[in-house]
Amino acid sequence: MLETALEAIRSIGHRVNDALQTLGFAARFLAMILLYSGQSFRRLRLTIREVYFSGFQSLLIILVSGLFIGMVLGMQGYETLQRYGSSEALGVLVALSLTRELGPVVSALLFASRAGSSITAEIGLMKATEQLTAMDMMAVNPIARVVAPRFWGGVVSMPLLAAMFSAVGVFGGYLVGVVLIGVDEGAFWSQMQGSVDFYLDVWNGIVKSFVFGAAVSLIAVFEGYDAVPTAEGVSSSIKRTVVYSALAILALDLVLTSFMFRGI
Amino acid sequence: MNRKSLDLWVGFFVAVGFFAVLFLALRVGNVSSANFAETYRLIAKFDNIGGLKVRGPVKSAGVVVGRVTEIHFDSQNYEALVTMMIDGRYRFPKDTFASILTAGLLGEQYIGLDAGGDEKMLQSGDTFARTQSAVVLEKLIGQFLFSKASETPGGK
Repeated sequence: MLETALEAIRSIGHRVNDALQTLGFAARFLAMILLYSGQSFRRLRLTIREVYFSGFQSLLIILVSGLFIGMVLGMQGYETLQRYGSSEALGVLVALSLTRELGPVVSALLFASRAGSSITAEIGLMKATEQLTAMDMMAVNPIARVVAPRFWGGVVSMPLLAAMFSAVGVFGGYLVGVVLIGVDEGAFWSQMQGSVDFYLDVWNGIVKSFVFGAAVSLIAVFEGYDAVPTAEGVSSSIKRTVVYSALAILALDLVLTSFMFRGI
Repeated sequence: MNRKSLDLWVGFFVAVGFFAVLFLALRVGNVSSANFAETYRLIAKFDNIGGLKVRGPVKSAGVVVGRVTEIHFDSQNYEALVTMMIDGRYRFPKDTFASILTAGLLGEQYIGLDAGGDEKMLQSGDTFARTQSAVVLEKLIGQFLFSKASETPGGK
């Protein structure tokens, strides 16, 4: 009886210990990335290559999803607003929900599953096939050569992708609201411009997406680097990247939103 | 993928990203109208500002001529001190009347300026001589009920 109870307590302690160790390693890993960033920026082409792979190649999914989400917002928003006879406020609704929340959050979720998982798979497989060890043997720092460019590629791409997502989404809302349903075009744009503030709404959205980009990229490169070097280990790392990124994005969103829009 | 086309596509990606930010700033947001080129400061004291907010508009004849920049409570006179920045292109007479109005039935509250006939103009840092507070719905209903009650003495 006592044995089983002790066993249960021990297993809890073991898990907590493991989680704390992983967290500590992640923090040390971030510090190492920042430390070796200078070294990796000296070969800027590596980072540009990663912007291409994680940023440019995510364009299609980001733009198409942005357009669809904007169109859905236009339809749903119109449906609700016209009950109160204020369908002209459709532009405000679409633009505010996109720039403040949906743009940064949804594009970060898409980015985590499109680019984050592929970064994890790449680094995890490099580790499994001992390429990282081989680099170390040749006195090439794998963090400066492989990890830091991927991290910065994600950090640079994310705000740009989120801005495109919001812009395309507003256009989608315009298509459905003005072209399809027939909301007055002048009211759509002028009310939008009247209530969307550059600093408060647009800029804060960009700050959010920057934070999300850093979080997703860190989780992706860390999970790849920390992967158990087997086929199974890499696959569970990829799974963790997607799950942890989604949780981190939503939790950070709550924290950032409560900082940014306090008292409104 | 060779160097040139890689650079081309990344350049394209970054350019589209900046274009999107620019679109959000200029077309969706109001970065162009938020900052007036040259402004001056006016102060108004109100008994009650209702739901007026910082960054709320200041309008005259329906045109936005400035923005509310600060709202303070004056503990000496128990009044609200509202500071606003007015576009430098517009000047108002000394006896301009500042009142807190509501856009639409349930819309946002703004400061309306009704120009008077004074020869002298308000200078930066001046205070409005005459103001009218926000209408508080509860008080209005209270007054209405009182007047109704007094109309029918000894009513049912």
